[in-house]
Amino acid sequence: MGAAAFYDLDGTLVRTNLVHAFAFSARNQQGILKSIVKTAATLVSVPMFMAADFYNRRLFNDLFFVRYRGESEDRLRCLAEELFDTVLRPSIFPGAYELIDKSRQLGLRQVLVTGALDITVGPLAKHLKIDDYVTNRLEFVDGYATGRLLPPVMAAATKASWMRIYAEKENLNLSDCYAYSDSMSDLPMLSVVGHPTAVNPDIRLRGTAQQHDWPILDLR
Amino acid sequence: MRERAPKILRGPVPRNKEDDQVVYIDGDSAPRILFSGEDLLLEDLPIGTRVLYPKPPIEGLANPGAAIRYALNHPLDTEPLYAQLAPGMRVTIAVDDISLPLPPMVTPDIRQTVIEILLELLDANGVDDVHIIVANSLHRRMTAPEMKRMVGAKIYDAFYPDRFYNHDAEDPDGIVHLGKTDHNEPVNINRRAVESDLLIYVNINLVPMDGGHKSVALGLCDYESLRPHHEPETIRASDSYMDPKRSALNTKVERQGALIDRHMNVFHIETAINNRIYAGATAFLSKNEDEFTEFDRLKCEAMRWTLSKMPRAAKRKLFHSIPAQYQMVAVYAGKTDPVHERILKHNWDQYGLHVRGQADVLICPVPFISPYNVNSILNPLLVQVMGLGYFHNFYRGKPLLKKGGVMILTHPCYDDFDHNHHPSYIEFFNRLLPETRDAMKLRHKYEEEFAKNPSYIEMYRRGNAYHGAHPFFMWYWGENGRQHVGKVIVAGAENAHVPKILGWDRADSLPEAIAMAKSAVGPSPEITMMHHPPIVMADME
Repeated sequence: MGAAAFYDLDGTLVRTNLVHAFAFSARNQQGILKSIVKTAATLVSVPMFMAADFYNRRLFNDLFFVRYRGESEDRLRCLAEELFDTVLRPSIFPGAYELIDKSRQLGLRQVLVTGALDITVGPLAKHLKIDDYVTNRLEFVDGYATGRLLPPVMAAATKASWMRIYAEKENLNLSDCYAYSDSMSDLPMLSVVGHPTAVNPDIRLRGTAQQHDWPILDLR
Repeated sequence: MRERAPKILRGPVPRNKEDDQVVYIDGDSAPRILFSGEDLLLEDLPIGTRVLYPKPPIEGLANPGAAIRYALNHPLDTEPLYAQLAPGMRVTIAVDDISLPLPPMVTPDIRQTVIEILLELLDANGVDDVHIIVANSLHRRMTAPEMKRMVGAKIYDAFYPDRFYNHDAEDPDGIVHLGKTDHNEPVNINRRAVESDLLIYVNINLVPMDGGHKSVALGLCDYESLRPHHEPETIRASDSYMDPKRSALNTKVERQGALIDRHMNVFHIETAINNRIYAGATAFLSKNEDEFTEFDRLKCEAMRWTLSKMPRAAKRKLFHSIPAQYQMVAVYAGKTDPVHERILKHNWDQYGLHVRGQADVLICPVPFISPYNVNSILNPLLVQVMGLGYFHNFYRGKPLLKKGGVMILTHPCYDDFDHNHHPSYIEFFNRLLPETRDAMKLRHKYEEEFAKNPSYIEMYRRGNAYHGAHPFFMWYWGENGRQHVGKVIVAGAENAHVPKILGWDRADSLPEAIAMAKSAVGPSPEITMMHHPPIVMADME
């Protein structure tokens, strides 16, 4: 049986998060006025997003992705390359390249398991030479986002379920697999593999990692 | 009338004392102080117990600076250092890491004194391409404050971080393959050191297993270069680490060192220190308890009472903050072998006690510190290293303990690990040891998995963690002790599971441990206690 390394993305391999990606799209609306209004609304909402994320990742998703309502799919895809070049690539932690490299040398399949959007993750995954990735996907109707996510929504326990199914399908032994995340919401994802690692952890995950004697890594 | 048989004195009744530092317990003897981690025990030992005390400190050199300069100008088997220097040269100074000496010494550290003199000399000869590398091998990286303390603020400010840094055994671009020995042992060494016109190694030789070829061959190498000798078979064949001529480990390292000397220009500066760990208020800790003054007794009681009221973390902090008062007793410079040979003599002069006869039971108090937990926790694996790795190997000739004898360690054996320094130890202890304690099996089944674990590699490179393979080396380090000792009993272990995982027995107290030992080796055993720290070694007859 083979093995894989599963990575969360935001905060784990890159400094940015979902809000940065959305802020980039907000800043690049058609028309200055629209850009200003959308950017301001995003900035004002940041404390609310933080509070919601602290409380529950699902609540955060419900509040956050609704902001995409009305965005054109073409436009989002158009902006993705630019988003990668200007925002995401400079935000990759220096240690991330090396971690992935060492992991690949071990013969592990490299898999991203992230709550970020597929549109934004593609170029980044290619750049990091990731073998496979699963992301959240916006629902589009007639080419425009509805503000809802298509199931399965990648967050918390869903990530762990997806990893189990993926491992079965790809004949991977989860006991030999590695998982990396920065957030307490990814505890299920870390718990299903034999080699969990907390990366740049928040205070809650740090405490949990110490309690479970998991390695704690700082890639920043 | 039957003739009365001559009275047979049972047990270890002396006898001619082998050495002034060898003391036999009698009915009037005072209780002995034993370290038990961060605590001090006060125990009455059975009558007849032989206690080995460290020798008094050899007097330090009156003018270390002058001695260092003399050594540089009168090196052994090579040209004086100034004659080897030329403007535009590339020079690297490598220094021992924080594992030497133990505990860290009072400032200025000997390394600071030596490097200050070296830098003056280099500057005077127009050499300005100078790097200082901490030869930490697979040990944890030293932190910036630790590095500053080691070399002093002036050197630190001038060189850190661009020209004063830790060796990185996992830097793919930072290691050069020099070749293989005639026994197929790879030698991969730090690139900067290899590509320098001159490598100057500054060593503090705490014990006879330090220094010599080990300095460069181990301190600046990578995992692949360590594997040929940091393995169970080699450790089993080392009798002991402290006796280089009879150490298979040393033989292999010498082969690597010889190859290094063929490729690189290495100038060794080795220093020996005395054993003056304690001075002032704590000086009583290295005295014979029978010679305590009232004031010593008072200080001892006060210290024990204070420690009993403090949380363990605070006690640990306190002990780690007391620097040793070491003084330099010798310094030599030049080629590896002649320099090291002289330094070894000074080491044995300070530590070696002439001892006659092996013991059935060996009592070894385990203090709060080992080479691998400076400013950190002496976790269970390190307790094992201290007992079976170091204390068992503190001999020359033959082990102090008879084959199959009982070793008693005094330590709480707390299940406590430092997550930043010893992450791989935690997995090793909790996942692997419950499955097997067989060093061979551990090496073949798991060592590579840990050594190549990307998380452990990153924690070693970017954090302050020991390399993923290090807990294996720690386990192998106790391998010759494990093969020799019949039973290990931990007196004062606060839990049952840690000794059990290590394969040891536990006892609530030292008297209980001695009673258990008697049931294993007979009712009148020869009991010996090593009264350390400071270090004491048995030079066996």
